[in-house]
Amino acid sequence: MSNREKYDQAFIETFEITKDQLAGLKYQDITAWDSVGHMSLIAALEDAFDIMMDTDDIIDLSSYEKGMELLAKPEYNVEF
Amino acid sequence: MGRIWDLDEHGNAPALIDESGFRVTYSELNAEAELLAGKIGHRCLVFALCRNEIGSVSGYTAFINNGIVPLLLSSHLEDALLRELLKTYSPEYLWIPKDMTGGFPCMTEVHESYGYVLLKTGYDVKYPMHDELGLLISTSGSTGSPKLVRQSYTNVSENARSIAEYLRLDDTERPITTLPMNYVYGLSIINSHFLVGAAVLLTDKGLMQKEFWNFFREQNATSFGGVPYTYEMLDRLRFCRMDLPSLRTMTQAGGKITPELHEKFAAYAAEHNINFVVMYGASEATARMGYLPPEKAVEKRGSMGIPIPGGSFTLIGDDDKPVTEPYTTGELVYEGKNVTLGYAECGEDLIRGDERHGRLETGDMAQFDEDGFYYIVGRRKRFLKIYGNRVNLDELDRLIKGEFGIEAASSGVDDHAYIFVTDEKYSGTVRDFVINKTKLNPSAFRVIVIGEIPKNDSGKTLYTELAKYYE
Repeated sequence: MSNREKYDQAFIETFEITKDQLAGLKYQDITAWDSVGHMSLIAALEDAFDIMMDTDDIIDLSSYEKGMELLAKPEYNVEF
Repeated sequence: MGRIWDLDEHGNAPALIDESGFRVTYSELNAEAELLAGKIGHRCLVFALCRNEIGSVSGYTAFINNGIVPLLLSSHLEDALLRELLKTYSPEYLWIPKDMTGGFPCMTEVHESYGYVLLKTGYDVKYPMHDELGLLISTSGSTGSPKLVRQSYTNVSENARSIAEYLRLDDTERPITTLPMNYVYGLSIINSHFLVGAAVLLTDKGLMQKEFWNFFREQNATSFGGVPYTYEMLDRLRFCRMDLPSLRTMTQAGGKITPELHEKFAAYAAEHNINFVVMYGASEATARMGYLPPEKAVEKRGSMGIPIPGGSFTLIGDDDKPVTEPYTTGELVYEGKNVTLGYAECGEDLIRGDERHGRLETGDMAQFDEDGFYYIVGRRKRFLKIYGNRVNLDELDRLIKGEFGIEAASSGVDDHAYIFVTDEKYSGTVRDFVINKTKLNPSAFRVIVIGEIPKNDSGKTLYTELAKYYE
């Protein structure tokens, strides 16, 4: 699986949504992405890429697109 | 002077500050309260759809301080559930966010302030209300149960005073909202801080949002409250490594925190000279009944503490006699002036007076230790706390039956509800239905299909038999 596929999969499984809902998806757009869902998403992403996210990045991950930008940072080094 | 607070006493001190930095002083809050109450002009029932916004709090303050009775509901309450409540209680007015007025085209707007509007419903029926009735709270915000808790003016002011006393609140406090104000724990924070003239920092942003922490730091928040799940989230955020110099107090209620997290946060608090206060309560007791003094947080981890000032606990054993020996389980009974009047299930109930006479059987099973500290060990009633929200399981079964005409049995543990049905084809739709009704995160709900729902000879569901499917 490519990194992009792994990334998408974390969102799809955590929020029980489909691929076509991903683009532009933001925190609180759907019931599943509330604070509880956010915690599950972070756990899924940390597992998928074997990383530990910093507090600042966890709270900054406010959209599907923003997450990719954060994970591309040198400390996580996930290439999309 | 109002029925709960003397707002003017605190003059130009800020009462409310929102995320944009906008402030409302106590004098302004008082002036707005008088204006809004004046527009209504008489004692009546108002439904308030709440957000953690200035308009929402100023409306609530105006109503309760001037003898107008509000029912506080979430602004996210599902529409069908709201309509049902409107039909049941026939309020004279609604107090709602301006952006929601489109949903009520037949009602007349009579006042607007701080982003909220007052709508006259035009309903013909007006139910008489008891003189002591001050506030109505839904027993189960998430399933929109028509069952409400009737709180008196004495209940609200006594509980607020007791909380301000044991938390040693003063006008230098700046609590930040982490809970909705229609939830009694969230409301009790506002009520107690208004008594001492503190500034409440209002936001609907959550712990998982950067804006929350920016607001926290910019406005030097001194305290927040959290349900067990809040502390799990804080743990995940590696809260113990965050630098929050303004923080003085963290409180916890809304269910039992795990002893591990209790210990972790108590240790963190002790190290940073912060108070960590575990508390116990219920909407039937206005808000709070017990608290664990912060200096005992490490030593008595797992305990919810001792009765709040003015209250007392008794445990009633299987023999209906008070428990006298430590570490013996009994049903926890609380007595105090904050024990509410009773429930209302329909408009005609609003005239009812005090039916509890200061004594509440909590439905929680507890023990005390040799030093008189109480520990919750179980629950007699059929409800779960899901992310701090009370979800009545019988209510859930009833809603499913009403929607699908099928039998369902719900069970589970806190934060994990399991709904048992016998027909595979309903498993997905039942789950979607429950998620939509409760507006709680879907990960809390699982539907399990079984051959038949276990029952005893008289047809009562054997919920204990269901536990083997999820334990």
